[in-house]
Amino acid sequence: MTTTSTIRTAMRSTTWLNRLFRALPRRPGEWLRLLFLFVIAILTLMPLVWVVSTSLRQPIESFSVPPEWIPVDMDFSNYNEVFERIPFWSQMTNSFIITIAVVAGQIVTASLAGYAFARLRFPGRNFLFWLVLATMMIPGQATIIPVFILISRGLGINDTLWALIIPSLSTAFGIFLLRQYFLQIPGDFEEAAMIDGANQWQIFRQIYFPLASPGLAILAVLTFNAKWNDYFTPLVFMNTKDRFPITLGIVDLKGYMATGSISVVLAGIVLSTIPVIIIYIFGQRYLIEGLMMGGIKG
Amino acid sequence: MVSQAIQPKRNRIIQWLAADTMEGIRRQRALLGYLFIAPSIIGLLVFIIGPMIATFGLSFYKWNVFRPPEFVNFENFSRLFSDPRVFTAFRNTFLLVVMTVVMLEIIALALALSVHRLASRPLSYFFRTSYFLPVLLSGAAVAVTLGYMFHRDFGVINYYLGLLGIPKISWLTDSNVVLWSVSLTTVWRNLGFTFIIYLGGVSSLPTEILEAAQVDGAYGWRRLKSVVLPLLSPTILFATVTDIIKMLQFFDEPFIMTRGGPGDASRTVVMLMYENAFGNLAFGYGSAIALVLFAVILLVTGIQFALSRRWVFYS
Repeated sequence: MTTTSTIRTAMRSTTWLNRLFRALPRRPGEWLRLLFLFVIAILTLMPLVWVVSTSLRQPIESFSVPPEWIPVDMDFSNYNEVFERIPFWSQMTNSFIITIAVVAGQIVTASLAGYAFARLRFPGRNFLFWLVLATMMIPGQATIIPVFILISRGLGINDTLWALIIPSLSTAFGIFLLRQYFLQIPGDFEEAAMIDGANQWQIFRQIYFPLASPGLAILAVLTFNAKWNDYFTPLVFMNTKDRFPITLGIVDLKGYMATGSISVVLAGIVLSTIPVIIIYIFGQRYLIEGLMMGGIKG
Repeated sequence: MVSQAIQPKRNRIIQWLAADTMEGIRRQRALLGYLFIAPSIIGLLVFIIGPMIATFGLSFYKWNVFRPPEFVNFENFSRLFSDPRVFTAFRNTFLLVVMTVVMLEIIALALALSVHRLASRPLSYFFRTSYFLPVLLSGAAVAVTLGYMFHRDFGVINYYLGLLGIPKISWLTDSNVVLWSVSLTTVWRNLGFTFIIYLGGVSSLPTEILEAAQVDGAYGWRRLKSVVLPLLSPTILFATVTDIIKMLQFFDEPFIMTRGGPGDASRTVVMLMYENAFGNLAFGYGSAIALVLFAVILLVTGIQFALSRRWVFYS
């Protein structure tokens, strides 16, 4: 019994070794290529490891070199201090409210418009779609001054979360993306549904909307990432710390800690990044596919 | 009384939209089309197209909120073209764009070509994830982090360079170096994005043509230069245009890392626009700067597409 299992383990490890050996490069050019990939991987990962390990260092050692890459005696006090210095929970909640409202809003407006441009016929459709495409060329900074005037003087909602939500509810990119998805779905479904007595709204809501879900997921994940990480728009609209999203909070925290421990700031960065990491873990396929297709956001 | 008056009218509308005729269905769908695009079109008109026209209009006015706007004709533009700070900001932005985009495109393309040829799947997954992770972070978080790492006396980067015998570099306070620090920071954050685009392009290369090239004896550098790169040229154009447009709007990293300093050495166009509009409340002048930047973005994109006719190969 024991012998067979030992043999089996030994065999398994040799096949594993064999496979590794076969995967190893044979020509010097291939070794060089692997070396290049590793060097860049180390350079991209190094700052990330540094952030996490330094956030766990004793406050007094936070800025001393050499850095401690693997934290030996971990100190979580930095994480506690984040909550004392800035209204961390309110700022994270603000980021969540803004991001989720914008994602939901864009899904609704863009799926309706994308469906209309793909499947419904109405006079002026081509001109209006061309107009939507043209707005994709306009960068946010070119419109921020009038939008600020409109938000603050026209609507009087600056320094509220509405100021960060309302202007972002419609998206030319989202319409373009979802139109592509609706175009790929065959039209036969519609005729079948009509024979079964479905009305136009039901055809959209119960047949085409669910079938476009990969596109909806791409839009959701891309928008989540872009909105959660937005710094410029909140900087223009927000003044009250309790209403800041977390990106402003982190820079604020850096200001407080100018003479203190940077470990606290890095702890804040680690905490504020957790939501996007979770989104990445569950939606990486959609995120990567979306970035490949669009590339306008981010 | 009132309802009786409305009744026949309502009936007529229902008949007009009746679902049992082809005409009725057509009308229903057209009406639904307008209803469906209405939220989006209103949003885009109010928050993008309208403001774009307003930016154009505002750039001919002098306005600081406290006094009513005053029409000044081309004064904002003549001020802009004679303002040495505007010149500096545009120069800095162009330098940043060139440095950043050249580094991004070369490294990302090399990475994509190398990762694609890896035989081991776990290894390829490890590399793809490593390069992509920084894309998830906000510009703010990256600027704060790299700002600490670039610190002259306590920064990790100077410490390791010191071990190699390189004297301390004032990454953020030397006006000759600061653009490099900001650019490297941005390369670090965006490399994964450009890499993913190139990897997509490389993975969809037609294998028959590559094999045919090998049969014809094209290997290594020769194969890269005369077969792979021409086939990839649409991807290269797309990635370069997107990166240039993104980098022309440089803001988060220099704003947080250096506040545009030392002096104006790392001030970008968007920073200058932000400071004029929201710091000095010079909305008219700020709009003029924004408009010139927009024109530059359109111009650069147009030039690239015009030039692309010479070198982009669509099969």
